[in-house]
Amino acid sequence: MALIIDKGLCTGCGSCVDECPFEALELHDDTAQVNDKCTLCGACVDVCPEEAITLEEVERKEDDRAASHRGVWVFAEQRGGVMPEVVAELMGQGRRLADDLGVGLSAVLLGAGVEGLASELMALGADAVYLADHASLELFNDDVYCQVIAQAVKEHKPEVLLAGATSIGRSLIPRVATAAATGLTADCTGLAIDKERRLLLQTRPAFGGNIMATIICPAARPQMATVRPRVMKKGPYEPGRQAELVRLAMPAGLASSTQVLEVVEDLAEKINLTGAEVIVCGGRGLGGPEGFDLVRKLADALGGVVGATRGAVDSGWIGHAHQVGQTGRTVAPKLYVALGVSGAVQHLVGMQSSDHILAVNTDPNAPIFKVATYGIVGDLYEVVPAMLSRLEALRG
Amino acid sequence: MKIIVCIKQVPDTANVKLDPETHTLKREGVESIINPFDLFALEAGLRLREQAGGELHVLSMGPPQAAQVIKDAIGFGVDEGLLLSDRAFAGSDTWATTAALAAGVKAMGGADLIICGKQAVDGDTAQVGPGLAMRLGIPHVAFVKGFREIADSSLVVERQMDEGFDVVKLHLPGLITVVREVGEPRPPSLKGKMRAKKYEVPLKGADELGLDQAEVGLAGSFTQVVEVFPPPSAGEHEMLEGAPEVAGAAVIDRLVQAQVIMLGS
Repeated sequence: MALIIDKGLCTGCGSCVDECPFEALELHDDTAQVNDKCTLCGACVDVCPEEAITLEEVERKEDDRAASHRGVWVFAEQRGGVMPEVVAELMGQGRRLADDLGVGLSAVLLGAGVEGLASELMALGADAVYLADHASLELFNDDVYCQVIAQAVKEHKPEVLLAGATSIGRSLIPRVATAAATGLTADCTGLAIDKERRLLLQTRPAFGGNIMATIICPAARPQMATVRPRVMKKGPYEPGRQAELVRLAMPAGLASSTQVLEVVEDLAEKINLTGAEVIVCGGRGLGGPEGFDLVRKLADALGGVVGATRGAVDSGWIGHAHQVGQTGRTVAPKLYVALGVSGAVQHLVGMQSSDHILAVNTDPNAPIFKVATYGIVGDLYEVVPAMLSRLEALRG
Repeated sequence: MKIIVCIKQVPDTANVKLDPETHTLKREGVESIINPFDLFALEAGLRLREQAGGELHVLSMGPPQAAQVIKDAIGFGVDEGLLLSDRAFAGSDTWATTAALAAGVKAMGGADLIICGKQAVDGDTAQVGPGLAMRLGIPHVAFVKGFREIADSSLVVERQMDEGFDVVKLHLPGLITVVREVGEPRPPSLKGKMRAKKYEVPLKGADELGLDQAEVGLAGSFTQVVEVFPPPSAGEHEMLEGAPEVAGAAVIDRLVQAQVIMLGS
């Protein structure tokens, strides 16, 4: 398997060097050469005006699962009988994908005493709910959950399986994909169907959010993807909608090598950043920990929660649970207010899909302004009080 | 206890800057480093070895220059390392990566505990740890933030969840992925640095690992990248001018008008 550059055709124009997201192409003696950083992504193949670059076709193992697998599944994650919002979002997106494929949408639900959630999933558009209701599934456990889902996939053969990119989804789903011997794309921000080939087109940010990549799983099934919360749109909610309930058999000889001993709801960590509609985020431009008083004031006035940049967290001004960005939480609220946030790439990755972004910063060249819907160059200690008094005036 | 820490060499994305004009990467001078999350995995491994005794090894996969991260790990005090390197590994997705890593773990004689960082900052998938555990047929706990009990046959760990944490018992052999809270990485020791300088990193390719070329790299991958493109730039964009009072009030009006802020509730 290799990237092949036809030295006879290459004119040394450098288009491929500029296009390569991985710095894998270099010009030597006016000819493009590939180095070890190449990931065989093929970006250069499309851009070469001389058609001098080709990807050598690879012989893949035969896999006939595409013919035998049908239907779209959503993993309906729940914790303590509560499903996170991302489940409704996945059901909405799953419905659209299932319609494009002309197949049914199913939810797979695991837990103990969670049968009541099945009607909720039917209201969210499930044509069938696969339910495993068993004492051993009460608390989330990768080992046991994986065995149940992998067996269900083997038996019922869905062609697509979606899950939320939550703590549970990001731990469990890679294990399930490996157990099912199929491909998985993490943290998708876009999902579509190539109807002709029945392929799931999975789009995600890569390389720290600096490029987007569309990924397919050509032959193996199911095509699996995790999806970031608050990216997909929810579908209609129809209470009382009826659908089929399929009870999943528990795997024989089920034993677990992990046991959950205790579930701790940590209030300090319970700032629901991912679920918030409004986030007001403070950065190092606040100047000190007391700056978060103003951040909190605005957050309260907007009915939102407080976020923070890595810089503010590392300075010890506020706890890590508030951190937004690549090493913190990924968020996409309706409104994201960035106060004194410069907008490092790692921060932008974690918030740039917010619906509306308002940035206040004294530096007109701060990168945050590049992603902002509204930008104000100014001192936040003057701008924010003006915002608060305008809000107060409008609310009477 | 025998521990293997999996590490990856990544581009230093923390120092990647976006070109403000073209929105593309400024690539000049981007260095290769140990994936920052893997430093926490190394630190966790060093602390566990201090408490439980035993051996600490590192495993990586990458081009020949990735030998540097193995040397860096030796500098931190790791006992031995192994680099899996072969042109045949290029283009590996996480499935093909875990095939190679699983073979690497076996070539190192297995382990009681495997530790990975929660994710690599270049791919951000967080898939390799759990996938590797499944490949090896061992249990895993992801996003571990602390240790409560360390015994020869099991660990009791704290697993970070979206709203709090779980206390989980993991029977060994097993695998964990760790987050920042496990502890700040120590600096490399002088003795370690001296050893790292002379350390010759053992290298194994697909053949030596007993892997078929069809199982690894792009050929052995289930997924395939079909397109890469720049992220969409922000849609509407307005800079609000004027004195702070004026701009502050005006932006509230815009947000009310766009029904982003509801006055009623």
